[in-house]
Amino acid sequence: MEKNIGIVQTEYLEVKEELILQSGKTLPEYTVAYETYGELSEAKDNAILVSHALTGDAHAAGKNAEADAKFGWWNEMIGPDKAFDTNKYFVISSNILGGCSGTTGPSSFKPNSNERYGLDFPVITIEDTIEVQKKLLDYLGVKKVIVAGGSMGGMQALEWSIKYPDIVCACIVIASTSKLSAQSIAFNAVGRNAILSDPNFNNGNYYDSQKQPERGLAIARMVGHITYLCEDAMQNKFARRFQNKDKPDFDFNVDFQVESYLEHQGQVFVDRFDANSYLYITKAVDLYDAAQGVSSLDETFKKTKAKFLVMSFTTDWLFPTAQSKEIVNALIKAQKDVSFCEIESPCGHDAFLLEFETQTKIIKSFLGEHG
Amino acid sequence: MDKYGQSNGLRLNYSIITDIIDEGAKVLDLGCGDGTLLAKLVKEKLVKGIGVEINQDSVIASLEKGLSIIQGDIDAGLKEFGDREYDWVLLNQTLQTTEKSDYVIDEMLRVGKKVVVSFPNFAYWKIRFHLFFMGKMPKSKVLPFSWYDTPNIHLLTVNDFYDFCKKREIKILKSVFMTKANVKTNFVTRFFSNFFAEEVIFVISK
Repeated sequence: MEKNIGIVQTEYLEVKEELILQSGKTLPEYTVAYETYGELSEAKDNAILVSHALTGDAHAAGKNAEADAKFGWWNEMIGPDKAFDTNKYFVISSNILGGCSGTTGPSSFKPNSNERYGLDFPVITIEDTIEVQKKLLDYLGVKKVIVAGGSMGGMQALEWSIKYPDIVCACIVIASTSKLSAQSIAFNAVGRNAILSDPNFNNGNYYDSQKQPERGLAIARMVGHITYLCEDAMQNKFARRFQNKDKPDFDFNVDFQVESYLEHQGQVFVDRFDANSYLYITKAVDLYDAAQGVSSLDETFKKTKAKFLVMSFTTDWLFPTAQSKEIVNALIKAQKDVSFCEIESPCGHDAFLLEFETQTKIIKSFLGEHG
Repeated sequence: MDKYGQSNGLRLNYSIITDIIDEGAKVLDLGCGDGTLLAKLVKEKLVKGIGVEINQDSVIASLEKGLSIIQGDIDAGLKEFGDREYDWVLLNQTLQTTEKSDYVIDEMLRVGKKVVVSFPNFAYWKIRFHLFFMGKMPKSKVLPFSWYDTPNIHLLTVNDFYDFCKKREIKILKSVFMTKANVKTNFVTRFFSNFFAEEVIFVISK
């Protein structure tokens, strides 16, 4: 019987140790917010690290309180008998470095200070975020791990397999890429520009102000949401329908349902996300290139030891199938153990958070022999 | 031929191919279906194998067997695979369903040192009789579909394949002719094999 895991608490690991970043800058100390589901085996080899997408958090499954309206972001995938079966596996989820949901980021206070980092926070990379997750896994005593994630989380999973080949035994990369295309960087750039040019942004020092860069962050989120849906999904959802009216008002307020949808998504987002974090995390994603410093992607994969599963979705145009196939082809060339599925879905990039049934079947059969 | 005597059609085909493949070889199985053959090769011949399959349910069934499998369309070519990267490339019971069969064979010969290709022989005497007497598209256990829903869009005969190989300078290293549950090794001439074989397995190389 599939059921949800119960109430879980987000925990916090305080690392009183300097973190040297890829940029050469350092963080004197940091906190990692994380949740775990299931039990770590005696051999400490049954861990699965799931990494969230751009604006996710450590709360991947279950609820933090009985009264919570929503479950964690990957609740359908994590739990007893689910894709990531907590009867068998010890599932770990952490908030990314630079985030705003418990792990150290630009909204955190500087050590021994009542001043927040703001734009004094160093620019981070996907590689840096892996080091923070590694610290957490070491703390938890994990010896072997399966890494999995969608979108940005997929990049982290990929980087794990490259950086820590001796620990990672399987790697599941969903709706992701080894590097962003110019088009995807462009969308992120528009989002960042919206934030940076918000009159309330104040060079990142808005935490103690009444005025927050809400409009900029909302616009960034709107752009994001356009890229998460595909044309058909949007058309089916909204077409050209008007929002609570039969005819346009001939002004610049919301006429169409799609406008109202984006407006709503933007508004909901500013209540839960930090504008500076959005800048830092999108920058980290833009900068990532799994083949950085080597001649080709297959060269990067040479030292990996994991078994790979790569999945894409037919209507995802943000990280399209071709980009997943690039990873797959490089892994084949590097003579690695790799499987690939392209899942039929009308949901665009969002599919990895919606198409649970097929993903579950594929992941379960892939993990089968590890069980 | 006796050792295959008791098995049914598909199992027979799998057993013959398993015997052909050498131990520990690198194998690419195109249109591998639910992975039964590839899993057998991994188990019995310890091959390092990878499958390509277009149907998602089949992909999942292959994954369940612990196989490496790439969902994809072999008609789109084998671009992800380098020249002569595999000891063996298999195309079992799939050639007649491919859209660009000549291109698929070219690609297999590029990627594999040796290629195993099997297909139902459309010149099998029962099929000829079916068409001759009934005047309808032949159906059999090997070819169970109706004309309107068949995936077998490029049916061919043993003789067609010989001609094809000759024209393209493809070497035929081995041929196995079968009826439902038997291997026929006693065909004297090509005419007899084309007439009496229901299914055929060829090993070819460039």
